[in-house]
Amino acid sequence: MTRNPDAPVMRAEGLSRVLEGEVAAVLVREASVSVHRGEMVAIMGPSGSGKSSLLYLLGLLDRPTTGTIWLDGQDTSGVSDEEMARIRLEKMGFVFQFHFLLQEFTALDNVMLPMRRLGRLSEAEQRERAHGLLAELGLEEHAHKRPGQLSGGQRQRVAIARAQANDPVVILADEPTGALDSHSSLVVRDTLKRLATEEGRAIISVTHEARFAEAADRIITIIDGKVQAAG
Amino acid sequence: MNVLTQIALSHLTSRRRQTLVSLSGIVLGVGFFLGVSSLMRGSERDFIARLIDTQPHVTVSDEFRANPLQPAERLFGKGAVELRNVKPRTETRGIRQYKQKLAVVERLPGVRVAPVLAGQGIITFAGRDVGVTVSGIVPERMLNVSTIEEDMVHGRLEDLDTNPNGIIIGQQLSDRFGIDMGDNLSVAAPSGQVRVFKVVGIFRTGNQEYDESQTFAALKRVQALMDRPNVANNFVLQLDDPMLARDAAARIETLIGYKAVSWQEASEDITSLLKVRNIIMYSVVSAILVVASFGIYNVISTVVLEKTRDIAILKSIGFNAKDIRRIFLMEGVILGALGSVAGCLLGWGIIYGLGRITLRAPGAVEPVPMPVYWGADQFVLAAAFAVLSAVGAAYLPARKGGRVQPVDILRGAA
Repeated sequence: MTRNPDAPVMRAEGLSRVLEGEVAAVLVREASVSVHRGEMVAIMGPSGSGKSSLLYLLGLLDRPTTGTIWLDGQDTSGVSDEEMARIRLEKMGFVFQFHFLLQEFTALDNVMLPMRRLGRLSEAEQRERAHGLLAELGLEEHAHKRPGQLSGGQRQRVAIARAQANDPVVILADEPTGALDSHSSLVVRDTLKRLATEEGRAIISVTHEARFAEAADRIITIIDGKVQAAG
Repeated sequence: MNVLTQIALSHLTSRRRQTLVSLSGIVLGVGFFLGVSSLMRGSERDFIARLIDTQPHVTVSDEFRANPLQPAERLFGKGAVELRNVKPRTETRGIRQYKQKLAVVERLPGVRVAPVLAGQGIITFAGRDVGVTVSGIVPERMLNVSTIEEDMVHGRLEDLDTNPNGIIIGQQLSDRFGIDMGDNLSVAAPSGQVRVFKVVGIFRTGNQEYDESQTFAALKRVQALMDRPNVANNFVLQLDDPMLARDAAARIETLIGYKAVSWQEASEDITSLLKVRNIIMYSVVSAILVVASFGIYNVISTVVLEKTRDIAILKSIGFNAKDIRRIFLMEGVILGALGSVAGCLLGWGIIYGLGRITLRAPGAVEPVPMPVYWGADQFVLAAAFAVLSAVGAAYLPARKGGRVQPVDILRGAA
């Protein structure tokens, strides 16, 4: 089957997420989103509007109550937890607000982690690729440092390097600059933008920063769980 | 190194002190398991070895296992026969035609046999009397079935051949009555016969009671003393394989009719007592390891709680629930394996130390080292039990770790 190059790499139709309980909470309602390769999309909205919940659904970290997500042409509804983990490993990368690196591992080990789990490359190739990714982000000399020995901006760049490790089609970021100073924020923003334009990855990022959103090709605004605009 | 193993190791090394505490629980558990097991099994094996070495493997006596059937019972086996007031036949004690029966037994493969006429006697020496067992033996045959020659302090068993009036006594009897080699003793039998014997040998087995009450003399001489010419009342057998004694006894009983008792049957009460003792011992020492496994449960539970964020990271990267479970089970395996290795070393030291302690057992004249067992099987058992306990203790936290939903953690951190 040949794939249409103009088709979105990720498409979601009618996504809803309802938390059951004494009073059901609707986190996301009837959201439809599509993202193409090389596109950087920002998801914005007030606190508690459902931005992160939508991102977790798109990142297959959570299951929608209703709706379907297609990733790279594959329908992901109904797949097992194990298969969802496999899709995340092969096709997705994540960057969170707080770097979320393993504290006991060096920067290099953290970047190698997804590659080691996937096991497609030999250890030498994994090491070489991890060094390359760190070097691209100006972190080569910090490869053997642990997260505790790095600044906030450096840690976030290590997280970005790790997100690229398995050459994903989509990178999802949840407030990646939320805990950084303005200079580091710009570096992270520009790095993500470069990954979209130069490497053709789709970037979907939740942000509340206007300066970050300026770099996006498109902004999805969400209020009370409902997508208001996908400009 | 496998990535899951590396993560497991990083968890354990990040909580070094707690890991060491729970590890020491396993180490002590395995060490004491081995120490106690070694002592218990050592004493059991020592006891059985003594039984096998010092006692006949099979003893044939001049008794029957069941009263012989009366002719009417034999004739009407399935009929309604009732006999009352049957007067037991007065049997002449001793194995009838013992030489022929001895030849039958001797033809069995792997069997060495010696005839014995044992009876009670009273030794009189320097105006003092003492009751003893006098065993009439054929020295050259006795050498094949008994270790008594190894226990001779003075003289040899074969001296009974060269000195027909000779008697061999125990060291304890010799010490108590001041009897020396070459002294003449007067021995009186229940038959009323009295004979004078010359001491030609002294033995010391270490068993005080045996060394005081057992004596040996030539078979013919004892037959004369007991007034029972051409009679033996026991056959003493040694087998090439002592473990076949039960089967050999049954075979002999079928062949010659007289009661044949194997060493296992003679010591059945003691061997079953040893089994019960082993069950109690293993239950107690296993409990130590089970308690130690709670330490492991504690450590891994704490790690799971502390590392929920890491679990969320790993799951978002693409590790699945099975991977997460494996990481924490691996921690159990690592703790169990390290604890087993160190525990086996500690156990080895404990066993070595115990083996160097000497004790004077009741009834023994010489101090003997504590009997310890060095068998590899108990090391394997202790290590396997420790690893299983550790993995068992890790299972629940591992399952909990596998169920962590990354979204719950990510939402909390946001």
